[in-house]
Amino acid sequence: MDFDIIFGNAARAAFGPEAIILALAAIGLNIHFGFTGLLNFGQVGFIMLGAYGTSVAVATFGWSLWVGIPIGLFLALALAVALGIPTLRLHAVMFAIVTIAAAEIIRILIGSTDAIGLTGGPLSVSFDAGAFFDLNPYADGPQDRYGVGTFAFTGQQMWVITVGWVLVALVSFGVFLIIRSPWGRVLKSIREDQDAARSLGKNVFSYKMQALMIGGVIGGMAGVIDAIKTSGADPNGFRPQVTFYTYTALLLGGTATYLGPVLGAILFWFLREWIESFLRQLAAEAWLPGAIADFLEGSEGIISVGMVGLALVLLMLFRPQGITGNRIEMQLDAR
Amino acid sequence: MRRGKILLGLALGLLMVLAVPALAQDGADPGQTQLNGTIRFGFDQFFEGVTITVADSSGAEVGQAATDADGRWSVPVPGPGAYRVSIDTGTLPEGIGLREGQESVVDAAVDAGQSRAVVFAVGEAPKGTPFGERAAQTVFNGFKFGLIIAMSAIGLSLIYGTTGLVNFAHGELVTFGAVIAWYFNSSWGELNLIVAAVLTVIVCGMLGAGLESGLFRPLRTRRLGIFQLVVITIGLSLLGRQLVQLFFGAEPLPYRDFQVQERWEFGPWAVTPREVATIAVILAALVTVGLMLQKTRFGKATRAVADNADLAAVSGINVNRVVLIVWVMGAALAGLGGVFQGLDADIDPFLGFQLLLLIFAGVELGGLGTAYGALAGSLIIGMSTEVSTLWISPELKFVVPLAALILVLLLRPQGLFGVKARVG
Repeated sequence: MDFDIIFGNAARAAFGPEAIILALAAIGLNIHFGFTGLLNFGQVGFIMLGAYGTSVAVATFGWSLWVGIPIGLFLALALAVALGIPTLRLHAVMFAIVTIAAAEIIRILIGSTDAIGLTGGPLSVSFDAGAFFDLNPYADGPQDRYGVGTFAFTGQQMWVITVGWVLVALVSFGVFLIIRSPWGRVLKSIREDQDAARSLGKNVFSYKMQALMIGGVIGGMAGVIDAIKTSGADPNGFRPQVTFYTYTALLLGGTATYLGPVLGAILFWFLREWIESFLRQLAAEAWLPGAIADFLEGSEGIISVGMVGLALVLLMLFRPQGITGNRIEMQLDAR
Repeated sequence: MRRGKILLGLALGLLMVLAVPALAQDGADPGQTQLNGTIRFGFDQFFEGVTITVADSSGAEVGQAATDADGRWSVPVPGPGAYRVSIDTGTLPEGIGLREGQESVVDAAVDAGQSRAVVFAVGEAPKGTPFGERAAQTVFNGFKFGLIIAMSAIGLSLIYGTTGLVNFAHGELVTFGAVIAWYFNSSWGELNLIVAAVLTVIVCGMLGAGLESGLFRPLRTRRLGIFQLVVITIGLSLLGRQLVQLFFGAEPLPYRDFQVQERWEFGPWAVTPREVATIAVILAALVTVGLMLQKTRFGKATRAVADNADLAAVSGINVNRVVLIVWVMGAALAGLGGVFQGLDADIDPFLGFQLLLLIFAGVELGGLGTAYGALAGSLIIGMSTEVSTLWISPELKFVVPLAALILVLLLRPQGLFGVKARVG
């Protein structure tokens, strides 16, 4: 059992591109759920459109990456509008279900064989993200590694990580500014009691729509990073679980806080990868009975995702406000 | 103390699921990146000499294989990536073809060193039929599917009605039913599927009772918010699905019984006895539940609790007992729904979750909390899913009911039979 490798892997996941993607998705969701009280269960739809908008623009239409990225973000914005108009007047639980359904519709359509010509369908899509990596200041030879032990990144990864975390910092700061503003206070008042907000003359529908749009575009940014990181997109990567992971990260870090989603995303990937690496090392231990080792072999990922489910349950039971949150802000009574 | 009780409930639930023995995985040389699979019909018919061709994403052929006596095939591929696998249906025996709605070309992505299973669902070959007959058949299939959704939806709807809990883990109850029946049918004692289904209903009912008394009742006394409860059920759903994947595996498997059946002809319909039995059992269950809610003291108590739990408690109704019975009944019916769905479409860990969205759609379409609305909504969802395959590719069929749901909510936010209430 080599704990250096386990911690190295966990740290790499915690600061790598996956955590950046999750952090951006959670920041967007925090605006929807944490500050406005919208039970958006289709955050993966925004991520998917960000990723596919970028990928398809470059791969299928041959446009520049710098055109593709705004297209991805615009599609996420368009989804927010298209989704918001019919659904923002719904009961909170219905809103949750409709948003899941909408994200699933998009995933099925994108991944269908009929869409192969446009999105690559089930074959997934890949493009050349060279325009992004041309700007890479890190030396990117085959031997270049940045970090210690297994906690090390290649030059390309370093560039994605640098840009990604700067983006996370900027977006977090932006969210801090808008939520502190009078506009942000109206959002919180809608979360607490939308009838009261309405009786004060606020247009609740319009505020909710704006929140949905802003959070959706931030989700779209997560998708753009995802597309650049993998130089493409695969429909199977956008199942409803992604939204649930995003909720896990948000709830872990602390809902309705500024740093909660970021902290949560880092912790989420750290713990998930730690468990997976630990189990992989455990399965290789000689003293372990063969039956258990065989059982663990190849199941590490399945178990670690199951642990996410368990973590959600325990978190809600014992610390619904997460690590940094305020319990009173979590007393959301969905209507 | 209360925490202890909750943990105990969780631990018990875990133990119940962990008691399922692991299923041995098919042996394949590790390390070799390959695509493989088994061409079979039901549990005991394996087809030899079926040709499988693998091409890479540019369309160039990578390899070809014929199935061995056990119906197995495997094609090594040069590296990770997306491949296109096609089956030569001409090499299947006479009268055997791909099941309705299955494509002869399947796309599969494989990771380095992974051996990825590709499934071709084989069955009696569909005959070339005129549009009218196909339409009649899809309406029939949709009716049956709608009934399965409706039966699985009863629990979801009643639990919501009596306790306000939106149970995202309800789909996993359905999966659990399908999987437990599979174990009874194929592994533990190899029982006849009918016996297995009866045992499954009992096990699922017990699971429902365990969840209610071990987890959700203590949670109600802690007065958790709606959102926290929803997240807990999502967590349970993830956990349950991963446990099924861990023990049952990800590859779809059929039941041993009732796979090969002669079809009965009724006018334009050709139906198998198992489909007739499915419909008969579900209709009987729905009528029983309906009568129970309308005519019995328990039904009256349930409706009273749904209307106002506090008033019901004040007037002497044992609310916890009513909710417990609702849970037992709902979980048992969901499990039975899983058995029927598994009989129809093979069992895999995502069976229930896939159905869950349609169950929600049916319940919402009818109007949340309306019993007959949920039935009507489920039938509409089932029908629209199946009938749409007349015009669109079957892989898109789940888009139709979900889109219909959004459309209806746009026009009638309270659902087709719900009462209007302003929100937002």
